[in-house]
Amino acid sequence: MNFLQDIGKYFLMIKTSFVKSCKREIIYKQVFKEINDLVLDSIQIVSILSFFIGGVVSIQMALSLENPLLSKTLIGYATRESVILEFAPTFISIIMAGKVGSYITSSIGTMRVTEQIDALEVMGINSLNYLVFPKIIAMLFYPFVITISMFLGIIGGLLAMTLTGVPSEAYIQGIQMDFDSYHVTYAYIKTLVFSFVLATVPSFHGYYMKGGALDVGKASTKSFYWTSIIIIILNYIITQLLLA
Amino acid sequence: MIEVKNIYKSFEKSGVLSEINTTFYRGKTNLIIGQSGSGKTVLLKCLLGLYEADSGEIIYDGLSSKDMSSDDKLNISREMGMVFQGSALFDSMNVLENVRFPLDMLTNIKESEKYSRAMKCIERVNLINATNKLPSELSGGMQKRVAIARAIVMNPKYLFCDEPNSGLDPKTAIVIDQLIQEITREYNITTIINSHDMNSVIEIGENIIFLKEGYKIWQGTNKEILKSKNKEVEDFVYSSELLKKLRQ
Repeated sequence: MNFLQDIGKYFLMIKTSFVKSCKREIIYKQVFKEINDLVLDSIQIVSILSFFIGGVVSIQMALSLENPLLSKTLIGYATRESVILEFAPTFISIIMAGKVGSYITSSIGTMRVTEQIDALEVMGINSLNYLVFPKIIAMLFYPFVITISMFLGIIGGLLAMTLTGVPSEAYIQGIQMDFDSYHVTYAYIKTLVFSFVLATVPSFHGYYMKGGALDVGKASTKSFYWTSIIIIILNYIITQLLLA
Repeated sequence: MIEVKNIYKSFEKSGVLSEINTTFYRGKTNLIIGQSGSGKTVLLKCLLGLYEADSGEIIYDGLSSKDMSSDDKLNISREMGMVFQGSALFDSMNVLENVRFPLDMLTNIKESEKYSRAMKCIERVNLINATNKLPSELSGGMQKRVAIARAIVMNPKYLFCDEPNSGLDPKTAIVIDQLIQEITREYNITTIINSHDMNSVIEIGENIIFLKEGYKIWQGTNKEILKSKNKEVEDFVYSSELLKKLRQ
């Protein structure tokens, strides 16, 4: 029963965050701040992770394709497909559920605990519009992070193959082989859906949290748990709808 | 002036406030006192509009909560200033930004006017040398003063303070109490303070409402409370053995 109530509360929160808007210049300022905190600040960790995981994926592919009858170009092809279809949009989003999600939950949760949200409400300000709406808009730039992740994942694979002794021409030929742009479209559709989840689910856990400082930590953990689960379930549903 | 008529409020079928009838006067410091769990905060939140009472009405200078449209509610909330127990300052903003925040959010006045109004309030609470400091760089008493400045920057008709001197040393607490009283008289606002601090009661209690287990037990002034023969009030005011002996 509580679970259903929470789902209702979540959708009402989203609805409320879009109505009774604060002044436009205030929202612009908040959106730019959130783009910096949520998107730009994530580029470094996403770049490091993508580069090295791209390398690992290509090495594992090379290991699986040891048969001399199989072309080495398949390594590049398989790495590209893994990175674009799954690693960059889904696994980076789960990592972001930890990084961005816990940041959102803890910052809003702390505002709840320290009565800053009550202060906004008493002033007659729609606190959801002020706090959640700019995060939703800022996360529209999240596909930019995923583009970097895709690029660096493939580059990481190339470097790993060069170090392993696989000719780089074969890898580059592989990443150009049978390219289907629809796979990229599918990846970006997923990314946009995940970006909405990444902005709203942690906001929900922070906004409606109760208790003190210790509970902010608990709310962040709960937010990561639910954001990851929702991303994984939506990943399956979107894949079933768009690729099956 | 705020009139409260027969307010009843419950949470999960358990009554927290019952049959509350009282008046909070303009230009006076009105105190709601009582032990923890007596319903002080719930009453304050009902007055602020953060909680809606199950029954009864609250009349803000002639406008009843029963007859209010959502626009009326918004207008009333913009005439309210609130000083929270923990100050509730925005961590990422400095003192000046915190104080001018309501002006930025709710008014369309010129930047220069916003600045001068915010500075006037900061000056009023004696923090002119701390305008660029962040809340984390301020002492508890200074944070409370910033919260007061932010609460009065919109020239409110009603000022609400939830335990304004909790966590402060007795001397700073009295400074904050006196500041609130001065501002109340200067701006002629209806100030309602939620407190369980007897120093505040004696210092600034011009109209005191004593709550116990959700009921209003007693109402009077700071002079009357010391002489009250009401058993519950006596137990609250003279809670320590030392005070009881002193009274005898």
